[in-house]
Amino acid sequence: MSQKINHKQWSLQQKSKLRWVRGTHFGEIYNVVVAHKPDKGGHLPTKLTHFSFLFTHHCPHLKGKKDRVFMQIGLLGGGGLFTMSSSEESYSYPDESDLELGLGLSLGGGKTKTKTKHLVAAGGGGSWDHYARILTAKDFAGVVSDKTSSSSSSSSSSSSITKVNTSGTKRTAESPCSPPGRSAIRFSYGSSQVVGWPPVRTYRMISMSNQVKSPVTEQLFSIDDKCKSKNADTPNPNHGSCKNNNISKENGFAKTSLFVKVNIDGVAIGRKVDLNAHTCYEALSRALDDMFMPSASVGGRGSNMEKQSSVAGKRQPVRFHDGSSDFVLTYEDKDGDWMLVGDVPWEIFLSSVRRLRIMRTTDAKGLAPGSQERNRRRPVTPL
Amino acid sequence: MAYSFPEEVLEHVFSFLSLARDRNAVSLVCKSWYEIERWCRHRIFVGNCYAVSPEIVIRRFPELRAVEMKGKPHFADFNLVPEGWGAYAYPWIAAMAEAYPFLEEIKLKRMVVTDESLELISKSYKNFKVLVLTSCEGFTTDGLASIAANCRHLRELDLRESEVEDLSGHWLSHFPDSCTSLVSLNMSCLGSEVSFSSLERLVARSPNLRTLRLNRAVPLEKLANLVRHAPQLVELGTGAYSSEIRSDTFSSLADAFSACKQLKALSGFWDVVPSYLPAVYSVCSGITSLNLSYAAIPSSDLVKLISQCQNLQRLWVLDYIEDSGLEALAASCKDLQELRVFPSDPFGAEPNVSLTEQGLVSVSEGCPKLESVLYFCRQMSNAALIAIARNRPNFIRFRLCIIEPQAADYLTLEPLDAGFGAIVENCKELRRLSMSGLLTDRVFKYIGTHAKKLEMLSIAFAGESDLGLHHVLSGCDSLRKLEIRDCPFGDKAVLANAAKLDTMRSLWMSSCSVSFGACKLLAQKMPRLNVEVIDERGPPDSRPESCVVERVYVYRTVASRQRLDMPDFVWTLDEDSSMRYS
Repeated sequence: MSQKINHKQWSLQQKSKLRWVRGTHFGEIYNVVVAHKPDKGGHLPTKLTHFSFLFTHHCPHLKGKKDRVFMQIGLLGGGGLFTMSSSEESYSYPDESDLELGLGLSLGGGKTKTKTKHLVAAGGGGSWDHYARILTAKDFAGVVSDKTSSSSSSSSSSSSITKVNTSGTKRTAESPCSPPGRSAIRFSYGSSQVVGWPPVRTYRMISMSNQVKSPVTEQLFSIDDKCKSKNADTPNPNHGSCKNNNISKENGFAKTSLFVKVNIDGVAIGRKVDLNAHTCYEALSRALDDMFMPSASVGGRGSNMEKQSSVAGKRQPVRFHDGSSDFVLTYEDKDGDWMLVGDVPWEIFLSSVRRLRIMRTTDAKGLAPGSQERNRRRPVTPL
Repeated sequence: MAYSFPEEVLEHVFSFLSLARDRNAVSLVCKSWYEIERWCRHRIFVGNCYAVSPEIVIRRFPELRAVEMKGKPHFADFNLVPEGWGAYAYPWIAAMAEAYPFLEEIKLKRMVVTDESLELISKSYKNFKVLVLTSCEGFTTDGLASIAANCRHLRELDLRESEVEDLSGHWLSHFPDSCTSLVSLNMSCLGSEVSFSSLERLVARSPNLRTLRLNRAVPLEKLANLVRHAPQLVELGTGAYSSEIRSDTFSSLADAFSACKQLKALSGFWDVVPSYLPAVYSVCSGITSLNLSYAAIPSSDLVKLISQCQNLQRLWVLDYIEDSGLEALAASCKDLQELRVFPSDPFGAEPNVSLTEQGLVSVSEGCPKLESVLYFCRQMSNAALIAIARNRPNFIRFRLCIIEPQAADYLTLEPLDAGFGAIVENCKELRRLSMSGLLTDRVFKYIGTHAKKLEMLSIAFAGESDLGLHHVLSGCDSLRKLEIRDCPFGDKAVLANAAKLDTMRSLWMSSCSVSFGACKLLAQKMPRLNVEVIDERGPPDSRPESCVVERVYVYRTVASRQRLDMPDFVWTLDEDSSMRYS
């Protein structure tokens, strides 16, 4: 299903339970595809709270940092594939039968407290991925006239977040201006992707983060080894759900936060992760997976992987803590050296880490010669 | 009439006028009143340091003793103003050092203050008494050392929320033994440890000390000693509030607090160990202001503390308080006037605590004097906002931040227009409003129609068209400050309401749709406005005029439009009608 966008303010009224879809006109819209990821059984969830739109770096408002823009629109009843494409291209999606399509699918509106995390646009010329994944310049290459972006638009298993931002910056030098009358682009992709949002002063964030764990906490509260008891479906084990048990609360309050910045290669805006919210590398790794590659962690790991791969048919979700990924998790320690995460005991890591960086495997070669070998034997550590 | 009164008499009459507004009115009556008034004005407030120049101020008011000034626009707090934009204090300090040798007070907010400035202050004003630096930056603890060492009559040194480069804690030891005049010391933003014995001695020899806000590095075990030296304290900010659980530490602390009969405000509470909270119970009944916004404590402990504070008027807290805690607050603190709930995990995708719109509804129901709110949450509904508005028509400040941008009413999935509309309609005295969530042009129509007393409005990710901005600019009679980010507002609304901008302090628009051409037009049309195009992509005239600018900051000014400290990413209109950059 596709629809042309007329570069005007539009709103899409629904037939049945679709509530309200709104938007403003953006730069030029390319290859905007919104999809949702299926659950374990391969079904799309029956409720979506928001859709998001992806805008390419062609929009001159988008500097390097802002090359991915998502906009929330109202609830669209039913998981679906809703695509809009520019007049220049249209895309076909081979496995549409597996997806519930489009608008008008019935769905009670009603309360939904769980937002679908990280809805992203997916798709590209001919490559339809059932999993939401973060798009790259490759996906838009066919549409975008920027020669500096990657040329291939088809998916490949090594697809990842490529240099969207750099091409974005170059773009702005080439064709920096949007035609008159364009509206502002709005940003909405998890709050931390947006500069200055939510409006909490840096001073406050810095003050709240605690670099030194109080020794009292060890005495007063027992800290479970969450790694063992963790449910694979819970991405953030220590961020218990609202009504959660006292244990998670106690743990949550005994430790104050240890926020460190995490940057992934190819994306200018970093995010922050609270290291004290995790008790081992695996938890951290999972959280980072969710943060940067949201599709990758759906449905658990290990044996489910094969099932997912076969359902997807095409590309493997990108992950960075098994051997097959393009990314490596590294950190900068107190002395300013970049090390591979996972080599030292967790507590020592916590006391020396300053920030994290998800590096491309190719760039990470220099880090620790023997580590590739070593890490393959240890499934929980990142490669 | 005016001639029949000697000047001294008029001066005496004017001395009863403290509000700038009144003095400004008086100075407009006639030339002689203007002259008399300007010679006896001792205190000024400059809301935008670029609205006027030091020379103009000095020329008009030769006898100032207290200067209060603000620099960067509010959105600078959230990193929306690039580094190096301006707001340097030094030119002001230097000019005033010559002109006002008897200056006593300097209060700056969001300005760049250097060590040189601090040193100049400490050496130029013989009677210097009060230095308050709110959200300032650019100085180190060396600058503080100069102040400590040289200001013999220092009464207030308040560094609230400033970014100080902390070279060492040694600065505190520069207070000479002869300095006994300290009334207020706020060093809570500093990181490094000061010499505790210096601190203790300083506190002990300052009988007038009313406000003491320590930094995190002051350990809990030492707090009791300090407090014992200053039982007359009215405001106390603790350091880290954690320690091994020891009964002697606890009882010592509890004793020290119980001697503080005048304590009204508590803050600090980093790294709280809840077991130590009962140490302050003895003072809770007198507490009117409680800042627990750095304290990660579970709701149950928060409630135990708060329910002791029956006279609480102001509460700053983290969202760990949860809906249940807010309900308890509503039940026990009937005098509550201000509530701020900060997010403990603002960047997390999932809620980590059970704090919803319901907490705010409870407080609005239970606290009849509530007038000022800052609330971060993850879901909101029109129904809740309407209920809140009906419960509390006496709101003066209402700032709601729904963490996810453009979040709709989670029950009906509609925009939150109706909810915020109810707020402005019911709360007729509303002076400040910050909105969030999914909002269309309709909410701005409500605001323009009803928010007649609104002075400051903050908008993000809202609206659909220029009409929204037009409603606000044409309807809000009292509007002084408008700050907008990421909204589809553009040329039409701004140009159509150019005259309005002359009546306001400032307009900030970033990531909107204002074109460079419109900025030029506006600057040409309105000679008393400075239209700053803040754009890091290079000169705007290298792009077509229709190109939108990254940010535009418009403010009225009587100073030159080409300020000398403009960085290379700021453009303003030059005399020959072209945008020039320095």
